[in-house]
Amino acid sequence: MRMRGKIFTRLLLLAGALIAAPVAQAADAVKIGVLWPLTGNAAAAGQASKAAAEVAQDIVNNAHPELKGIPLADTAGLPNMGGAKLELVFVDHQGNPALAQQLALRLVTQDKVNVLFGAYQSSCSFTATAVAERYGIPFVIGDSAASNLTGRGFKWLFRVTPIATDFADAYMHFFDDMKAQGKTIRSIAIVNENTDYGTSVGDAIDAAAKKNNMPVAIRIPYSANSSDVSAQVLQLRDKQPDVVIFISYTSDAILYMRTMRSLDYAPPMVLGDDSGFSDPSFIPAVGDVSQGVMNRSSWDIGKPDSATYKINEMYKAKTGRDLDDTSARNLQGMLALADALNRAGSTDPEKIQKALRETDLKPEQIMMGYRGVKYDQTGQNGLASTYLIQLKGKQYEAVWPEKAATTSIQWPMPAVKH
Amino acid sequence: MLLVQVIVGGLLLGAIYALFSSGLTLIWGMMNFINFAHGEFVMLGMYAAFLMVLWFHAGPLAFIPVAAFALVAVGLLVYFGVIRSVMRGPMLAQILSTFGLALLLRYLAFWIFSANFVSLPPTALRGTLRIGGILIDVPQLVGGVTAAALTIALHLFLTRTRAGSQLLAVAEDRAAAMLMGIRPDRMQALAWAIAAGSAGIAGALIAITYPFSPSIGEVFGLTAFVVVTFGGFGSVPGALIAGLLIGLIQALSAFYLGPVYKDIVVYALFVAVLWVRPQGLMGKA
Repeated sequence: MRMRGKIFTRLLLLAGALIAAPVAQAADAVKIGVLWPLTGNAAAAGQASKAAAEVAQDIVNNAHPELKGIPLADTAGLPNMGGAKLELVFVDHQGNPALAQQLALRLVTQDKVNVLFGAYQSSCSFTATAVAERYGIPFVIGDSAASNLTGRGFKWLFRVTPIATDFADAYMHFFDDMKAQGKTIRSIAIVNENTDYGTSVGDAIDAAAKKNNMPVAIRIPYSANSSDVSAQVLQLRDKQPDVVIFISYTSDAILYMRTMRSLDYAPPMVLGDDSGFSDPSFIPAVGDVSQGVMNRSSWDIGKPDSATYKINEMYKAKTGRDLDDTSARNLQGMLALADALNRAGSTDPEKIQKALRETDLKPEQIMMGYRGVKYDQTGQNGLASTYLIQLKGKQYEAVWPEKAATTSIQWPMPAVKH
Repeated sequence: MLLVQVIVGGLLLGAIYALFSSGLTLIWGMMNFINFAHGEFVMLGMYAAFLMVLWFHAGPLAFIPVAAFALVAVGLLVYFGVIRSVMRGPMLAQILSTFGLALLLRYLAFWIFSANFVSLPPTALRGTLRIGGILIDVPQLVGGVTAAALTIALHLFLTRTRAGSQLLAVAEDRAAAMLMGIRPDRMQALAWAIAAGSAGIAGALIAITYPFSPSIGEVFGLTAFVVVTFGGFGSVPGALIAGLLIGLIQALSAFYLGPVYKDIVVYALFVAVLWVRPQGLMGKA
């Protein structure tokens, strides 16, 4: 009898354990492998994005009822997964595509992450997403803009950010608007760094310009590691374009602004394609000589009682800085991913993939100036778009399109005084 | 006119290449020793200048000498702390020791200064000179001229002074120099101090114009190797000429062929020089 009782209790315990196990598993964390350049040339952007991802993690993992409209802010953890928390595993690919590939492989095979996220430089996203595709792990791209990332027939790739062709179209619309207002734009120049990012955005702008009969006076591809750019600035001065579009990373963007000033070259307008021009080091370093520079951004802090403002405050408390476009787009990407994870209700890759495909976030549910988040056949968010902003004093202000503008545009740029 | 502008810019940058490369070539000439951490010395010079500006709002007249002395200290520390012991080890240990040192210094800098780019606030040295239609950035002019002057001074020191002769004597024949009453250990320490100090000055001069982050040593380290090979291992005048030449080639090819091609031109010439004259332009065979 005693023996039988013992067996019974043990069986009972075993049964209990079997029933409890899946529940316990469900409340486990969802592991997200995040690849960014945390050191190297673009480290500032990588570090800012890391802080932004941690803010997204905080929003999802803890209850933030004050963030109205943002999915998963109200609750702690992912409700459909028993309150499971997001766990972020950060790795540093240093802007090196080969390293990004190795690290993606390590995250999938050794750290057993459920989803991958990243990877800033398009060239790194290019290699890392190939690993995700091979292993059947969803990869969400927060901010890499090269057009050729999507359109490779990948089934596991989802990109939240607007891409090169979206930006190129926006720029051409902007030029048309300016011409309608009587500004002179006879020709433009395209200066791009020569990896996937700069090349693809440069190509997209080149193509859009041809389609819109906008002459491209000169196209200058260069290496972002250049220690001197005076030759390029002299080429620009020689061609006299009315707008110079820079597709640059951080140190090169700063260097161009400095060199243009020291060589006394000021085109009527400089348009920076985000990245370097949005980097937190840009304004402190060359803000004084770059007044009136234009930039694109899908991010705007908004009014003090808005969710975007409060999210910015969370980021500010952590880093002492405002969110910039790059880090904000990554924060949005992470939130959009969390929404899909919650709807998937499981860490099964196929279910996450399905949930990502079914994503349909409305403008009021997101923090960026997109028209929503909804992925097309290629995994690209078809509702992504951008504002144009202009540097006035110590910050950028939204100036285009008119309905989003907080201040009027200054054209030409104020001349830099020596 | 545009051509002259390109040439002037290339030469000014080249003079700075020459200054930090002369330290590398000096150590090679003295000890047959390759210092892979040389680019990191330049980087430390930049941050020494940065700290002086940050803490004391120092001008270039203060932060350039401070960067020099700080790096002399680093050079001596590295020599007595690491190099003297590894010189007794196998060749591979000698090579890898400074390679490890380079990574150590780089990641220490990441830890202390963070990965963000910094740049020096505008100093007394600012503005642009206009000489007959050519625009010259004042900090670049001062940097280039100072660097060229210091490189020449280093050459004169080595060839015209007693201490310089003793240095060269140790380089020529260590045993014979010892018989003449020269202490090689002291001379080698002096070489490290001079090499690191000149890298420090070069760093401070570059920092006036260019933004930098802890990973910048990589770029300059590589440039220094090219300059030293071009000019001839161990030759300071060779480094000066090669530095100017490489600055010039980069500027001209960037302007006429496009910036993407400038390194192709430089490295193609680099390989060609090694093929035709393995000892470098002014090196001894």
